[in-house]
Parts: sequence; C-alpha cells; structure tokens
Amino acid sequence: MKHDAFIQRSLQSFIRALGRALESEELSKLDGLLQRLDPRVKVIGLPTLIVAAAVSHRLAVIAAIFIIGVVLAMLSQIPLRTLAARIWMAVLVFTGVIALPAIFITPGQIIYRLPLLGWTVTAQGGYSALFLIGRTETAATLSLLLVLTTPWSHVLKALRSLRVPAALIVIFGMTYRYIFLLLATARDLFESRQSRTVGSLPGRERRRIAAATAGALMGKSFQLSHEVYLAMQSRGFSGEAHVLSDFTMKRRDYAGLAVLLALSATAFWWGR
Amino acid sequence: MHIPDGYLSPATCVTLYAGAAPFWWIALRRVKRALNTRLIPLLSLFSAFSFVVMMFNLPLPGGTTGHALGVGIAAIVLGPWASILAISTALLIQAIFFGDGGITALGANCFNMAIVGSLVAYGLYRVFAGHAAVTARRRVIAAGIAGYVAINAAALCAAIEFGIQPYFFHDASGTPLYAPYPLTIAIPAMMIGHLTFAGIAELILSAGVVAYLQHSNAGLLQFTAPESASEGLPRGERAKGRSLWLALAALLLLTPLGLRAVGAAWGEWSVRDFADPQARRQMAGASLQHVPPAHAPNGLQRLSSVWTAPFPDYAPAIVRNQSFGYMLSGMFGAGLIVLAGIILTGLNILIQHYQLRLHGEASVTSNAGEQNR
Repeated sequence: MKHDAFIQRSLQSFIRALGRALESEELSKLDGLLQRLDPRVKVIGLPTLIVAAAVSHRLAVIAAIFIIGVVLAMLSQIPLRTLAARIWMAVLVFTGVIALPAIFITPGQIIYRLPLLGWTVTAQGGYSALFLIGRTETAATLSLLLVLTTPWSHVLKALRSLRVPAALIVIFGMTYRYIFLLLATARDLFESRQSRTVGSLPGRERRRIAAATAGALMGKSFQLSHEVYLAMQSRGFSGEAHVLSDFTMKRRDYAGLAVLLALSATAFWWGR
Repeated sequence: MHIPDGYLSPATCVTLYAGAAPFWWIALRRVKRALNTRLIPLLSLFSAFSFVVMMFNLPLPGGTTGHALGVGIAAIVLGPWASILAISTALLIQAIFFGDGGITALGANCFNMAIVGSLVAYGLYRVFAGHAAVTARRRVIAAGIAGYVAINAAALCAAIEFGIQPYFFHDASGTPLYAPYPLTIAIPAMMIGHLTFAGIAELILSAGVVAYLQHSNAGLLQFTAPESASEGLPRGERAKGRSLWLALAALLLLTPLGLRAVGAAWGEWSVRDFADPQARRQMAGASLQHVPPAHAPNGLQRLSSVWTAPFPDYAPAIVRNQSFGYMLSGMFGAGLIVLAGIILTGLNILIQHYQLRLHGEASVTSNAGEQNR
C-alpha cells in the first residue's frame, strides 16, 4: 500500500460524494414523470411503497414493487446504468456476501447438495437470502428515485408540510449546504498535506496527520458556526426558523398520489 | 454498521424509532435551552462535520485503512445531547441523500450509533478522564477507550437487532423473513469486525483529535471537562468532604460493636422467632412485657417468602464464621450505598456542568469570533 493511500482514499470519498450530489441535481432538473410530480407526493408515496416491500411476506410482491421502481425510473429518464452502478451492484455485493451463508446454514428442507464440499442448500435458506436481497434492492432503488428526482431543498419543504418542526428543517438544510463546504475544506487540507509530504511516513505519523486534519476541520466548523450565526443575526435572525412552502397540488399530483397509494395498498393486501 | 432497509422487520423499526424519539426530544430541549439562538448554526455545522469525518479514511496498524463514525469525538467535544442530534442529522442525510443506511431503519441506526454511541462515549470519557487537566495525556487515553467501546456498544446493539429477527419473524415453513442469522451467529460476526478494524479506527480518531486539540484548540475540550470546577472547590468544602469520609471510615471500624448487641432489633422479628421460647421472652422484655401472639401474624408469614436477601441475616452463605460474615456484610452494604451516592452525585454534576459548559462554550466561541473579526 502506498504510504499516502489514506489521503488518496479520503480524497476519492469526498470527490465521489460531490459527484453524486451533482448528478442528483442534474437528474432532478430533467422533464420526467417523477420530476414533474409535487415533492409531497413523492415524499409520501415512495416511502409508502418501501414500507409495503418491508412488510410483504411474499417474494412476488417485493419483485413487483421492484419492477414498479424500474418503470418509474425509466419514465423519469433516470439512466438504469446509474441505478445499476449506484445501487444494484453495490447492494448485491454487500448484501449478497451477508446472505450467502444463510443458504447453507438455515435449517430446513434440503433441495441441493454441493458436489465436492457436501454442503446442503435448504429451501428456507434460499428464500431467506432472496427476501433479504430483494427487500434491500427494492427499498434502495425507491429511496434513490426520491433523491434523484427531487432537489434536497424540495424534500425538506415537503417534510415541513408534513409537520416536521421548522427548526429541524432549517438544520437539515444548513447541514446539507455546509457538508459541501466542509468536504471542499477537507479536500484542501488533505491535498495541501499531500503536497508537502516527501517520502514515506511511519504509521504513527500517518495516523497523527489524519487525526490532526479532523481536529483542524472541527476547529474550522466551530469558527464557521459562529460566523454563520453572526451573519444570521445581522440579517434579523431571532432564533425562530421559517420555511416557505409554496407548493401547489395539481390534478396530476393528486392522480400520482392516488396511484402510488393504490399500488402500496394492493401490495400490503397481497403481501400479507 | 449502517443498517439498510430490509434487514429489520417493520415492528423492530417502529420499536427503535419509538425508543429513539424520547432521546431526540430530550436532547433537542436541553440543547435548545443551553444554546438558544445559536442552536441552528452550531448543530448544522457540527452535523456537517460529523458527516464529512465519517468519510475520512484512517490509516490502521498493519497498513490497511478504515472508516470511523466520529461519535466518540462528537460526544467528547459537544457532550452527549448535542452529539445525539449532530450524529442523527448526519445519519438522516446519509440515509436519504446518499443511500447509506435505510429510511425504515433510520430509527435503529440513530438509536445504535447516535444515542447508544454518544451516551457510552461520553460516560466512559468522563469516568476515565476523571479530574485530569484538559491537556493531560490521561484524556487522550480516555478518549481512545471511549471511542473504542462506544462503537462496539453500537455494533452490539445492531447485532442484537439482527439476531432477534429469525426468532420472531419467519413464515410458516421457518424461512427467516428478515436478517436470517440467530444471535449466536450475528453477535460474533458483527463484533469481530468492530473489535478489530472499526473499533481501532474510532480509537485512533477520538484519541488523535483530542491530542491535536490539546495543543491547538484546548478550549473545545473544556466543555466536557468540568473537573476544573471540582479542583476549584473552596478549601472549606474540601475539608468538609474529607471529614465526612473519615466519619464513615470510623463507623465502619466500629461495626464489630454490633456483635455485642443481644437479640433482634425491636420490630425486626422473623416468623421463626414467634415459635422460639427464648426469642419470645426477648420480644416480651423489649415490649414492656406485652406477650407476643402465639403464632406469627398471617401477613408476616405470607410476605416473608416474597424476597430472600442475598445475605440472609447479614452472613453470606460462603462465610462460615458468623462474626466475620456480619462485618463483611456491613462493609459491603456501606460500600453499595457509597457507590450509589457517587453515581447519583456524578449524574447530578454531569447535568449541571453540561448546562454551564454549554453556556461557557458559547461565550468562548463568541469571543473567538470577535477576535477574528
């Protein structure tokens, strides 16, 4: 491993996060089905479908909800490549590794015996692995659809109209906004450290650098919070948070909500 | 450790949302009261910091790298309640915006990492740091232990949540509907990774950041170090405390005097004393010659079997010599009461100093900001 690998990997994480946020912003501007719907419809409808998938005791219902997610993505001009790269493959690898041993160790009806190893595959184990992977893929697809088709500020406004306290909405909004500033600051801190480092450093020194960068970032966060507070105060902030909610439900929004809720209700009933 | 959707049953998710809700509510009230109008910017920035620090790749011994959660350092710098809110907010944005952790499992993730993690980290840091100065090496070690144990406590909670799924949620054929592994597999599987890599990453971050702040920004550590207040107790108060301890020690040394006492204390008779002629004589003698009833009262007989003390009649079963057992029991009982007192006092001091420090910290950042301008 290269000695500055931790800096490289951290920088990659920051860049990936920035890239994903940028991609979401671009996709949420497209003229697709979900993008045109009122954010409140999506904030209610898509999580309801996720809950329907979580509650279902039938694999077929989970598969049907997954297909609904794929169709919604296609109608919203979300490239399936994006979904495959960001969700499907990642979930398959992560959850697949976790689910695989369950196929062999879950007690039940033996349906197959591995030729050389002699391990037995049980029906119960196979189904339980499919349940785990199916639910995780479906829920992750639907929650990504929400974010890819709705700007974060709209998600927050929609949450406000669902009676989430305004102070929390403002905190979530400001946090999201400052994540990018702090990501850029952390990137600068690591890059400047990297540019001043010659040769290989002992492990202890590398750990000290990583912790010192986190400490410096923390100090900057505190200082920035104070400056932000002063800026807010100078603009008349008195501690009370207000969020404007200027969404208006149109006929197609009501229709969209009705369809999503009807699909969820059907899934609840069928998946019992 | 970010639990995705689909691993936990909806019932578990709802239970953990309900379990997390009171903590969020208390945390919001306490932090709002202490920070007032500063609540929004400070929490927002610290949530953003927590989010970014979760992306740091930390170099681990052996040449590999790992991610830390940052809950240890958040609890050490902010105290438990603000840390609960900051980490929860970071987890919410991770779940909704970056798909890291599920939406239905958000309550569980917040419960494990933000709530259990913050409370364990804060408690251990305060216990291990003791009264050490803010710049003492002991605080670095305490921070490392706090981070390491906190992440493992959070992982254990997650493992238990996974492990109970197959017991409660399976179909008629026995197919597990959610996380498929029982506790015997889920706990070791989760803990091996956290006791090694993740735990060490958290240890490095917590201890490393505290060591860095001690040199460059010690004011940030002052917030959860109310020991300076106890060091500053007036001399008279400290002397009073010392004399109380001396009095307690003297009373413990006088314990053997109790062996000189004859018979049972008035009103502390047992059921079998009513049948023993010698005990009956003592009862009558101690009660102005009123003869006790022939049989023990029905209520006493019924209730005497409800609770059996671990040290019946003050003599532990393992101790053959009754006098020695009596003294040992006395010391054990006194020790338990002192311990309970210390815990209650500690909790009270924690609450008081948390509020004081939060105000103090706000004025520190205010001064720093004004100097920068």
